Amino acid sequence: MTSRLRAEGLKLGYGEALVVDGLDLDVLDGTITAIIGPNGCGKSTLLRALGRLLKPKAGAVLLDGKRIDKLPTREVAAVVGLLPQTPLAPEGLTVRDLVSRGRHPHQRWYRQWSTTDDEAIEQALELTGMDEHAGRVVDQLSGGQRQRAWISMTLAQDTGLLLLDEPITYLDLAHQIDVLDVVYKLHSGRGTTVVMVLHDLNLAARYADTLVAMRDGRVVAQGKPASVLTEPLLEEIFGLTAQVLTDPVSGTPLVVPVSAHLGG
Amino acid sequence: MKRKVFSAGPVAWVIRPRVAGVAIIAAVLLVLVAAVNIGRGSSHIGVLDVLETLLGGGTPREQGIIFDLRLPRTLTGIAVGAALGLAGALFQSIARNPLASPDVLGITWGAGAGAVAAIVLGGYRGQVSGLVGALGVPLAGLLGGLAAGVLLYGLSWRRGIDGYRMVLVGIGISAVGYNIVYWLLTVGDVDDAARATTWIVGNLADVGWESVGPTLLALALLVPVTLICSRTVGGLQFGDDTARGLGIRVDAARGTLLLLAAALAAVATAAAGPITFVALATPQIALRLTRTAQPPLVGSMVLGALLTVGADLAVRLLLPTLPVGVLTAILGAPYLIFLFVRTRREARA
Repeated sequence: MTSRLRAEGLKLGYGEALVVDGLDLDVLDGTITAIIGPNGCGKSTLLRALGRLLKPKAGAVLLDGKRIDKLPTREVAAVVGLLPQTPLAPEGLTVRDLVSRGRHPHQRWYRQWSTTDDEAIEQALELTGMDEHAGRVVDQLSGGQRQRAWISMTLAQDTGLLLLDEPITYLDLAHQIDVLDVVYKLHSGRGTTVVMVLHDLNLAARYADTLVAMRDGRVVAQGKPASVLTEPLLEEIFGLTAQVLTDPVSGTPLVVPVSAHLGG
Repeated sequence: MKRKVFSAGPVAWVIRPRVAGVAIIAAVLLVLVAAVNIGRGSSHIGVLDVLETLLGGGTPREQGIIFDLRLPRTLTGIAVGAALGLAGALFQSIARNPLASPDVLGITWGAGAGAVAAIVLGGYRGQVSGLVGALGVPLAGLLGGLAAGVLLYGLSWRRGIDGYRMVLVGIGISAVGYNIVYWLLTVGDVDDAARATTWIVGNLADVGWESVGPTLLALALLVPVTLICSRTVGGLQFGDDTARGLGIRVDAARGTLLLLAAALAAVATAAAGPITFVALATPQIALRLTRTAQPPLVGSMVLGALLTVGADLAVRLLLPTLPVGVLTAILGAPYLIFLFVRTRREARA
């Protein structure tokens, strides 16, 4: 399998502090990768670096073999779409306007519209089921709808790679499933490569082909969910005592923590 | 849903009927108000006669009065208002804050300080004439405004731009700027009191043809460049990460737009002194009329021109000796307080 997006000997940090120290990663094309790990382990920092939002202190992120921070940012934007953790929308922006701004990298100042733009916007709205809310204002949507609107924007960008930073964090369980189903549909329908940071291990196991488990800025384990979410590795990554069962619905690993108050 | 599109050759823009409609209606009103304003004076000329004369007709007497005497004032009002409207729309979009306007951010006072410095230190003693007077003072104003803009960007940049920090830094720059203006006017022994007050409150009354040319030339360059560069404004309204994800070089794009907006405001100030309120209020009025998420640029320009010429006309009808800047300042103060209260409340909510 090939990887358009790779990280080599990556060292990342803010100011003096090093958050990620010497990390290698191959993002396999056409798969869903979930980055998991405890708070502060460098998941989001890694994702930001993969999306060229953060310049590495050492090592490199490579897109098609070229250093991503040296490529023209608009060229990257035609290949890599990304959704930050808490994106900000200006007051009063409609869903359709939000989504149409995803077309920015494909436009010029003199050509701010094409039939391709219109098609991409309509498809993006349909795929997330946001077409019925297209005329509504973003700040009046529910949390789940808003997240779907933002995902629509990155879909309209029409990129082969999509980076999502905790796309389901503030959503209730039903909306979490809803959003992840959209991501899965995108992956299976368009063959989009997805990398996302997730906190929920069971949902990560259910939706991702590959899990990348981080701790203290390093990758502790990566591979299929069943090989990463094992009892000893959970102990090592999270310091969590847990039993790993089989999810009766999906057949993927189901992590059931053992709590001290139950005398486990 | 089909979007309306203007296309010609490689050019294709989405047309928003409401946004275009607001701009067109404001433009029609602007023509009427401008015609009334031109008609006012020691010898009154009717609106229709003014329009006829502007279109090439009219009697030689009317032509003489309008083209030689009256047109510079209104033309400058239109140019200044349009520049302020556009500058305000850009600042507010970039700072994501309705308080951000060149008068609050110190650009206006930077330009004022530059222009007054040229008058006082250049030894014109308030009597500016000749080519140096026509170009030197506006150029100094432009430089002063740009310097304030660079200072603003430099001091408020901390791994990105935060709207509130920018407004606070701007208030500081404003204070420094207008104190420099006052100081220069005090030590500079400016002979002409009317000239001097122009730099404390904006005034259109004394404008002649010699200053209209440079102003229009500067805007003929700045406005198209700004509109071309403004494609990134939509993306810049998102957080920085989202904007970068869309392929925008955030710092470069924001810096460019900020400098262009500062230049526009500086040109306006150099032409007529600090006319406050227009740049602050126009984009928000335009925003509410068009119901868009960002102030429309062309709409803000036309409305800015309408507001400025309208204020000039109102001043002439009410108190002919009053400079237009006094009226806009009187209107601006309560509006500014209203904005402060509203944003504070939102920040707490």
